[in-house]
Amino acid sequence: MAKTAQKNSDAYLQMYLRMVKIRVFEDNANELYLAAKMPGLTHMYSGQEAVAVGICEALETSDKITSTHRGHGHCVAKGANFKQMFCELLGKDEGYCHGKGGSMHIADQANGNLGANAIVGGSAGIATGAALTAKVLGTGDVAVCFFGDGALGQGLLYECMNMAALWDLPVIYACENNLYGEYTHVSEMAAGALMDRASAFGIEGHEVDGQDVLAVNELSHQLVARSRNGEGPFFILLNTYRYHGHHVGDINRAYYRSKEEETLWKETRDPITNFGNWLVEEKLASFDELQALQTDVKAEAKAAVDYALNAAYPAAEDVIKHVFFETA
Amino acid sequence: MRNITLSKAVNEALAEEMRRDSTVILMGEDVAEAGTPFKVTSGLVEEFGTNRVIDTPISEPGFTGLAVGAAMTGLRPVVDIMFGDFLFLIMDQLCNQAAKTHYMSGGKLTVPMVVRTNMGATRRSAAQHSQSLHVLAAHIPGIKVAMPSSAYEAKGLMKTAIRDNNPVIIFEDKLMYQDKALVPEEEYLIPFGAAHILREGTDITLVATSSMVQVAQTAADRLDEHGVSAEVIDPRTIAPLDEGTILASVKKTSRAIVIDEGHQSYGVTAEIAARIAEKAFYHLDAPVQRLGAMDVPIPFSPALEDLTVPTPEDVVARALMAMRGELFHVS
Repeated sequence: MAKTAQKNSDAYLQMYLRMVKIRVFEDNANELYLAAKMPGLTHMYSGQEAVAVGICEALETSDKITSTHRGHGHCVAKGANFKQMFCELLGKDEGYCHGKGGSMHIADQANGNLGANAIVGGSAGIATGAALTAKVLGTGDVAVCFFGDGALGQGLLYECMNMAALWDLPVIYACENNLYGEYTHVSEMAAGALMDRASAFGIEGHEVDGQDVLAVNELSHQLVARSRNGEGPFFILLNTYRYHGHHVGDINRAYYRSKEEETLWKETRDPITNFGNWLVEEKLASFDELQALQTDVKAEAKAAVDYALNAAYPAAEDVIKHVFFETA
Repeated sequence: MRNITLSKAVNEALAEEMRRDSTVILMGEDVAEAGTPFKVTSGLVEEFGTNRVIDTPISEPGFTGLAVGAAMTGLRPVVDIMFGDFLFLIMDQLCNQAAKTHYMSGGKLTVPMVVRTNMGATRRSAAQHSQSLHVLAAHIPGIKVAMPSSAYEAKGLMKTAIRDNNPVIIFEDKLMYQDKALVPEEEYLIPFGAAHILREGTDITLVATSSMVQVAQTAADRLDEHGVSAEVIDPRTIAPLDEGTILASVKKTSRAIVIDEGHQSYGVTAEIAARIAEKAFYHLDAPVQRLGAMDVPIPFSPALEDLTVPTPEDVVARALMAMRGELFHVS
C-alpha cells in the first residue's frame, strides 16, 4: 500500500465503502443473471474496484466521467444509488434511464456520469469533448475517460488524445488494463509498450498498481488538480484484473486464462481485502467495523434488488418518447 | 431583400447564431483562416477567435466525437465535415452516440449539435467526393436531416438547426455555393418538418430535394409548355418529413414523381413514394415514380458522370408518360 496519501480516516473508509458497494452490487447483478431475473447480459467490474474508486474519489460531482460496457463500478464510484441502478439493469421505469439504456448505457448526469458505452473506445470523443466544454466555458471541470486495454485497438482514442494534447484539454485517459479484451490477452492485441501511446502525443503518462486504491487515489488527486490548472491531458495505465469472464455468461474460460491465474489475483491482490487489512493494521478501523459495513451494504443491496424486482416497467407509450428532445 | 450566394447565407447564419449564443462553436478541418475549401466560413475566426472557431486535425470521427461530448456538457457545436462522403467516417459517433444518447439516457442527456456537410455530383470529383448520402442519416432515429434548396433555405434552416436541442445534419449541395437567391435583411428561421410549395399545379406533383428542386422547377416550366400543370414541393427536411403537405398535393393532382440525388435504391425517393402509395393509393391515376442517382459509384469522366444524375429532361419525359398513362412497363 502506498502510504503517502494524507491520512484521513473518513476518506479512507469512504473509499473502502465504495469498493465494497461495487463488489456487492456486482455479486447481486450476477445472481440476478444466474436466476434468469435480468434481461440480457452484463459485464462485471469485480476486481477492478480500486481503479474506479481511487479516481472518482479525487473528483468533484461536477467533474465528468465516461464509462464503458463494464460500467457499474464507475457509476457507483461517481455516486449513483443502488435502487435506480438495479431498476435500470432490470429495465424498470425508475431506473436512471427509465429502463431504456440498461447495464451498457447507464448514465447518471446529475453526478457527472455521461454514461456507459457499448462501443469499445466509443466514449473517447465524449470525454474529450466534455473537456473541451470545460476549457471553452472556463468551468474548471475535469473529464475522466475510462476505457479498457481492448480500446487501445481503436483509432478514435488516438485521434482524441492527439486533439487533447494539441489543445491542452483537462482530460485524464484512464486505461484499465485488466489483461483481457473480451476473450483475448492484451499481449496478442496491443503491440509495443502501452505507455508509449501517451508519450507519442507528448501526453504525460503514469503507470500505477490498479489494485492499490491509495496509490490510485493519490496519483488521481495530483493529476486532477494539475488538469484544473491547465496542465492536462494525462494518461494513466492502471494494472488490474477482471475476476469474472467478459460477461456473466462467460463461464468456461480455461481456453484463454488459467484458474491458477484467477486464484492468484483474487487471493493475493484483491483490492478490498488488502485495503481492509491495511486499515486494520493502521488502526483506522477494526475488523469488526469493516464486517459490519459489509453487512450493511449487503442489506442495502438486497433491499434495492427487491425493490427493483417489484418496480414497474415503463409504459408502452414510452417507447416513442425521447427519440428527440421535445421543447415543452 | 438582397441577392446573396448560398455560401454567404450559411456564413451569415453561423455568424448571427455565434453572436446570439456564446456556447455556439464551429469546428472542423480548415474552418478558421482557410474558411473551408468552399470559403463558406471565411471571416468567422477573425470575429470569434480560435477558442470558438477551431481548426481540427484530419480526424473526422475524433472531432465529431468531441462535438458529441461538448454538446452533452453545455456547448452547441457546429461540426464541419468537408465532404459528405466522409459521413462514412463518422457513422459511429453520429449514429451510435449522438443519435441515441437522448433516448438511451431516458431523456436526461441532450446532444444539441449540428453537422454541416455537402452532397451533389457533376463537379468532376469522382466516387469519393460526389456522393449524396443524406438518407443514411435519415434512416437513423434521433437525427434530423435538412436539405436546403437555395440560399434562403440554407440560412433559415441553419439557424433553426443550431437552436435545436437534437443532433441535426445539414447537406448543402456543393454545386450551389455560388447560386444566389433573395434573402431578407432581417432575421428569420425556417421550421423543420414544414415543406415549401414552390409552385402550385393541378396535374402532377413533383417532390424534389436540394438541387433537384431546380431540376423540378425547370421541368415544370417545360411541362407548362406541354399543357401540363405541375406542383413543385420542397420538403426542406427529410427527417422530420412533412408528409401531410405531400399527400394533400398528390390527392389533388393524382400523380407524383419524387426526385432526389441520393442513389435511387432504398433511398429518399423510395421512402416518399412508398408513403404516397400507402396513404394516397386510391387518389392515384398513375404509379408513383422515383428519380434518384443511378445505382453506380459516381464516375469521374464527364461523359459518364452527367448520366448518373436526374435531369429536367428525365422529369419531363416521365411526367408526360404519366399523363398519357404509359407507365406500367417502364424499365
